[in-house]
Amino acid sequence: MNLTKEDKILEVKNLCTSFFTDEGEVKAVDGVDLSIEKGKTLGIVGESGSGKSITSLSILRLLQEPAGRIKEGEVIFKGEDLVKKTKKQMREIRGNNISMIFQEPMTSLNPTLTCGEQIAESIRIHQKLNKKKAWAKAVDMLKLVGIPSPEKRAKQYPFELSGGMRQRVMIAISLACNPELLIADEPTTALDVTIQAQILELIKNLQKELGTSLMIITHDLGVVAEMCDKVAVMYCGKVVEYADVKTIFTNPKHPYTIGLLNSVPKHDEDVEGDLSIIPGSVPNPFHLPEGCRFAPRCPHAKEICLTKLPHLEETFDGDKVRCWIHSEEWEKQGKAVNAHE
Amino acid sequence: MSNQALLEVKELKQYFPIKGGVFGRTVNHVKAVDDISFTVNEGETVSIVGESGCGKSTTGRAILRLDNPYSGNVLFEGEDLISLSKAQMRKKRKDLQIIFQDPYASLNPRQTVSQILEEAMEIQSVVPRKDRRKKIQELLETVGIGAHQMDRYPHEFSGGQRQRIGIARALSVNPKLIVCDEAVSALDVSIQAQVLNLLKDLQRQFKLTYLFISHDLGVVRHISDRIIVMYLGKIVEIADKKALFDDPKHPYTQALLSAIPSTNIAEKKERIILKGDVPSPIDPPVGCRFHTRCPYAFERCAVEEPKLMNVGNGGFQQVACHLMDEQAK
Repeated sequence: MNLTKEDKILEVKNLCTSFFTDEGEVKAVDGVDLSIEKGKTLGIVGESGSGKSITSLSILRLLQEPAGRIKEGEVIFKGEDLVKKTKKQMREIRGNNISMIFQEPMTSLNPTLTCGEQIAESIRIHQKLNKKKAWAKAVDMLKLVGIPSPEKRAKQYPFELSGGMRQRVMIAISLACNPELLIADEPTTALDVTIQAQILELIKNLQKELGTSLMIITHDLGVVAEMCDKVAVMYCGKVVEYADVKTIFTNPKHPYTIGLLNSVPKHDEDVEGDLSIIPGSVPNPFHLPEGCRFAPRCPHAKEICLTKLPHLEETFDGDKVRCWIHSEEWEKQGKAVNAHE
Repeated sequence: MSNQALLEVKELKQYFPIKGGVFGRTVNHVKAVDDISFTVNEGETVSIVGESGCGKSTTGRAILRLDNPYSGNVLFEGEDLISLSKAQMRKKRKDLQIIFQDPYASLNPRQTVSQILEEAMEIQSVVPRKDRRKKIQELLETVGIGAHQMDRYPHEFSGGQRQRIGIARALSVNPKLIVCDEAVSALDVSIQAQVLNLLKDLQRQFKLTYLFISHDLGVVRHISDRIIVMYLGKIVEIADKKALFDDPKHPYTQALLSAIPSTNIAEKKERIILKGDVPSPIDPPVGCRFHTRCPYAFERCAVEEPKLMNVGNGGFQQVACHLMDEQAK
């Protein structure tokens, strides 16, 4: 797959974001490279603290400054580096070219404004429409996201709507200015499964209709399988595997990806006996392991893993993996060091 | 597993009053749980699944009388828990323990782990004072926490470890039944798998009976023997694990199962997408409560409430749906 620059809507290069606290520096995102092709969907998966949400907040420059700061790297959106933009320029991009859907539809909507006003607000600001036209567009948007009797709902406040409805309003706001890229941070995590199915279906259909590129951040591997074209698996601030969705689920190569897939209890498959697990827990972000960050929990880890950080290397089938197993050095290494049962 | 019933829930109702008006009179009720009955046998894991607001957690709390039920009976080893006095119920909780969802909120931040575990033993006076420290060590090792950490405070532990402490606290009084209320929902998948395996181990080791409350059907499939599906305060289906997952009968169960995004990319299934939201439990729909969203609903569903009836061929499966009647005709 040789892609020219024009095919990529977003390219993140060596992004490093850190938080500076009294106890020291936390490297929340540490050298992340990603790209999203036009009209395609990229999924970022990982557990709490893997840096997936901070990656998305860094892209939109929504970090809590000065504690959180982008230290290094570029975020190229349509040929321009967002890291170098001024605050004012970013405001013009947010909600207009790139918008975001957050996890908690209750806390991310303004409780003192009606749903219609919240949608119309961004239309007025970015598209310079007058109040009346913006309102009409807001009602249209509510209709588009499948809210019954949109004229009535537009005049209601968020507390009057159910969780699923609120998330639809969020989607309406984010799509109101027809952005080229939509970032969805755990868009369905707070919702029940039957409502989640509705929302995922809606996002998929709207993406097809509007041609929006999509970045989904989630911890739910099912959502990834359902929605994404490409997947980046993150662990402790680094991308450990980056591949097609099919490869991730049928031929995963990083021991963490494999462990993660095996530890999910499946609803459509019987597992005899115990679930396979990943031993131990995520390392303390203030004292990250020196070599591969997964080495202390990895069943295959050898000497080299504890001392040297592997690079994200392309394997034979185009899958990118950050693991020594797939390097030439591996054969020269001695025995595995972690004696897990 | 035996066929001896340990817990029998009969016609349990939990209505929460809504106060209103100048005099704070009860103007209406939230019918969180509305007339449900089921049995849990000794050594069995029975799960209750359903979406938010279906009454699954309320059921768990009502059984332990953390909230006193509105009406109905809860028989534990044949004894009615509802008729016990508060003091008697407190003693009885030696046999019935609960593990909560949020390991952060359910441990006292001002107590060390050993104090947390000792308090339970003291209230139930299960272990003589001089042996308690030893017992605490054993308990912590059982749940996979080093005994040297017994004098630490909850904030020094990770989420998974805190949930293990919650489990150790439940075990400290040698209970017979443990209600696990979304016990693994707050954990990351890799940690969730560890805790699920631990729960299974403990069940074998101590012959425990679990009432497992969860919204995650993957977890439920892994841990349960029997599954209760609830919708808006009612049981819509009860079945053995195999029957429920291989041949779900109630349209709601079918929709619920098909709604879960699958990691199996090779087999893309046709999805049943339910329309609309769950109605309010203050004024639930008349007739079958699911009829407003059911793709197969017909006139009878809006008038008459379906009763749970046996449909299992061989295995255990009960469904509350008028379609079963129609098919039988």
